[in-house]
Amino acid sequence: MSTLFHPYDITKEREINEPVNYRRRGVLQHVDRVLKAEITAITRLTSLEKLFHIRIVDLAERERFTFLPGQFVMLELPGYGEIPISISGSTYQRGMLELCIRKVGMVTGVLHRASRGALVGLRGPFGTHFPLERMKGHNVLLIAGGLGLAPLRSAILYVTENRADFKEVQILYGTTAPSKLLFDYQYEQWRRIDGVKLQIIVDRGDETWNGPVGLITQLLDDVTMPLEESYAIVCGPPVMFKFVCNRLSKAGMPMHRMFVSLERRMHCGMGKCCRCNVGSTYTCLDGPVFDYWSVMNLKEAI
Amino acid sequence: MLYRTLPREELGLLVERILETYEVVGPKRVTTDRDGKPVHQYLPVTSFDQLDLGYETTEYSAKTYFLPYRENLSSYSFDDGDWEQKIRYRLQPRALIGLHACDINALLRLDKVFARDHFPSPYYISRRRNTFVVGIDHDPCEHGFCRSLGTDTVTHGFDLFLTDLGDRYFVAIDSDRGFFALRQVQAREVSDDDRRDYLEVRHRIASGFKVRIDAHNLSNLLDIEFESEVWKRWGGKCLSCGSCAMACPTCYCYGVTEQLSMDSKSATKVKQLHSCNFIDFARVAGGHNFRPDRETRLKYRYYHQHRGFAETYEAPMCVGCNRCGRVCLAGINPPEVIQDLQDEDRP
Repeated sequence: MSTLFHPYDITKEREINEPVNYRRRGVLQHVDRVLKAEITAITRLTSLEKLFHIRIVDLAERERFTFLPGQFVMLELPGYGEIPISISGSTYQRGMLELCIRKVGMVTGVLHRASRGALVGLRGPFGTHFPLERMKGHNVLLIAGGLGLAPLRSAILYVTENRADFKEVQILYGTTAPSKLLFDYQYEQWRRIDGVKLQIIVDRGDETWNGPVGLITQLLDDVTMPLEESYAIVCGPPVMFKFVCNRLSKAGMPMHRMFVSLERRMHCGMGKCCRCNVGSTYTCLDGPVFDYWSVMNLKEAI
Repeated sequence: MLYRTLPREELGLLVERILETYEVVGPKRVTTDRDGKPVHQYLPVTSFDQLDLGYETTEYSAKTYFLPYRENLSSYSFDDGDWEQKIRYRLQPRALIGLHACDINALLRLDKVFARDHFPSPYYISRRRNTFVVGIDHDPCEHGFCRSLGTDTVTHGFDLFLTDLGDRYFVAIDSDRGFFALRQVQAREVSDDDRRDYLEVRHRIASGFKVRIDAHNLSNLLDIEFESEVWKRWGGKCLSCGSCAMACPTCYCYGVTEQLSMDSKSATKVKQLHSCNFIDFARVAGGHNFRPDRETRLKYRYYHQHRGFAETYEAPMCVGCNRCGRVCLAGINPPEVIQDLQDEDRP
């Protein structure tokens, strides 16, 4: 007699045999397949942070890989673990990613000991992005606190590379001490771009520092753009973006025009593991970029 | 939906037929509890008579056959600085005999997460489609509150669903392979008597539920009572052991870790089910914990089941089997927790 039912071989499905593309959310694919990528260079930023320049090895995969500012990748060190990292580089470098990573846990600790040429795995890009298309033709306020500059840098690069599309552009960056400043070699370049205003503040100065000292909210006093018609992206620790966004909100900026990026523990990037759950949403699917109203409206977000 | 009637002895023949080729899993009596009541688990069987289809409930759900507690996502082999990734899915068919309606509803919930809209999981889909599911009706169990959540009946998500009419089974068919399977045994067209007897049994079952929860406003209530003392009271008892999540038929949260082989030549990426009651659930690198307290984590469990999940997937995640309440070492019983929430601030 024939068998009652037949095995179902998922590997024979047409869609699963197409190249993995994490931007196609609804398609059946090898969701755990990583893209092999090489660490081509490592730039030391501070004693704790390094910028990893990563290039996807396969040419076709490199060509396919695109992302938008604010999105993140799952970076895997085979044998060690996988971590969510937001992309710091320019969207115009196809298949080339810059990841600014603080040495803080097990995987990042191993990564900081890795040398150029090492092969890592990538899945992504995942998550929502800063809606820069929508911001075109408007004033843009880009605000970062501490490591928040890592995700914000991608937006800064986008705005400066498309400078003519935006009205006034102002960048505010605050961190605890001058030695903690990220990407300090780039400030001069950003400042020289026609129509970009960059201001930096530190909590505690030292003998090398002759800029302003204090909290980032202080810099908001000098913002002159009409806030009702402007957009803001605010990246940093929750306590920082809460104060900044509340200030901006009181000064007239609508909450749906302010965008923040949340950070949570993640084990999948695909809305499955639930580790990044905030209130009733997933940071990996509905975030990490949320408008400030959504964040205010979520339990446990701030 | 198509229906057939199956003489009682034919079911055994059908299961034995499946056993000729594939693994069969079903309710097996494993021991007795301290009150002398039988304890059942869904386990592989080698013959039909090892199945106890009249079981009340199982300690653990059948989710492990779809979401194993531990599963290899991929493996790596290392060679001189380079590596290769290999991915394998479980392709062996299996029959799961004797699932209750709540557990099939639980599978439908998991389908929403793992087989639909975003990033459908080949690991899950492969297991799900390779599992022949035979459900069975039963008289209400002592602790379940499925009826309050509308999960005491089920209309899809299975291949066959049986209702015991004494000398025969009334069978609902929800797949062509189910239809084909019934053709191999002596199933017959449904008669008026069968239909009448079936409705009578359904009526008896539906009127037998004792445990109820008031679930109609839970989504809203969980928001309003977010800061309620109720969470401190119940959360204070929680041992953060995660037993509830392990026993639950729908809890699917997980963590991923990698294991390096002793000779460092290979590694595996392992997915392991986690629990939102574990202390490290929302802890991030650097030490910050978004839910450091037991009550915050317990509250999150309820919030996710009845609010967050409901918002994303248009149905609460909980199916009311109350395995979590039975298994809880601290006596945290969902119907009581929910009643306390309902009573809080009520004039």
